[in-house]
Amino acid sequence: MSPRAAWRLESLGFTQVYDYAAGEADWFANGLPREGRDASIPRVGDVADREVPTCQLDDHIGDVRERVRATGCDTCLVMNDERVVLGRLRGNTFDAPAERSAEELMVAGPTTIRPDVRVTEMLERMREKNIASVIVTTSDGRLVGLMDRASAERAIPAEVTVR
Amino acid sequence: MPTDVTREEVQQLVAAGAQLVDVLPADEYAAEHIAGACNLPLKELNRETAARLDRDRAVIVYCWDYQ
Repeated sequence: MSPRAAWRLESLGFTQVYDYAAGEADWFANGLPREGRDASIPRVGDVADREVPTCQLDDHIGDVRERVRATGCDTCLVMNDERVVLGRLRGNTFDAPAERSAEELMVAGPTTIRPDVRVTEMLERMREKNIASVIVTTSDGRLVGLMDRASAERAIPAEVTVR
Repeated sequence: MPTDVTREEVQQLVAAGAQLVDVLPADEYAAEHIAGACNLPLKELNRETAARLDRDRAVIVYCWDYQ
């Protein structure tokens, strides 16, 4: 839609026309200022914890668990150098022998959601399916953070109802 | 030819005085839009409505995403 608007403006004689094709989805996903009737409803990207523990495929679980336990988090996301999420470690996987690698122990290809999704919508799904936390990535798989259900519940303004 | 811009470039252009224009329908704009943007829906974009914009300043258009 915006490319056509940009071309139309040029046809009307505008000479400095730019197209932000990534649009609102990209803007909202990055927590930048927004306005409007629904602007107070947070997006997943606003609530996600961006300090979630991470590791690389070849990291040893013995090292990883020390870091993860120090944060109080129960999850560690396995990423490559491009910050693309490849797997998830949690629960009793941290009790595995110290020399085992994240690659061996991770759950590969975990489900992820986009940061522009409204928290209200995601929370409804989390309640229905009893999901404790969700991994938030950009559409090309790069990590944004981890959103847990308690944080999502706290983020919703009192006047907003979630089914 | 319109120039594609990134989020960072949008911020720079707006800081330099560019006009940010949401081309989605009015009801979608009312629900939520980028702070500071005005609304000029694509379906209503013509010589008369475009006169609301300043021709001497840069114009950045956007919608939801790559639709």
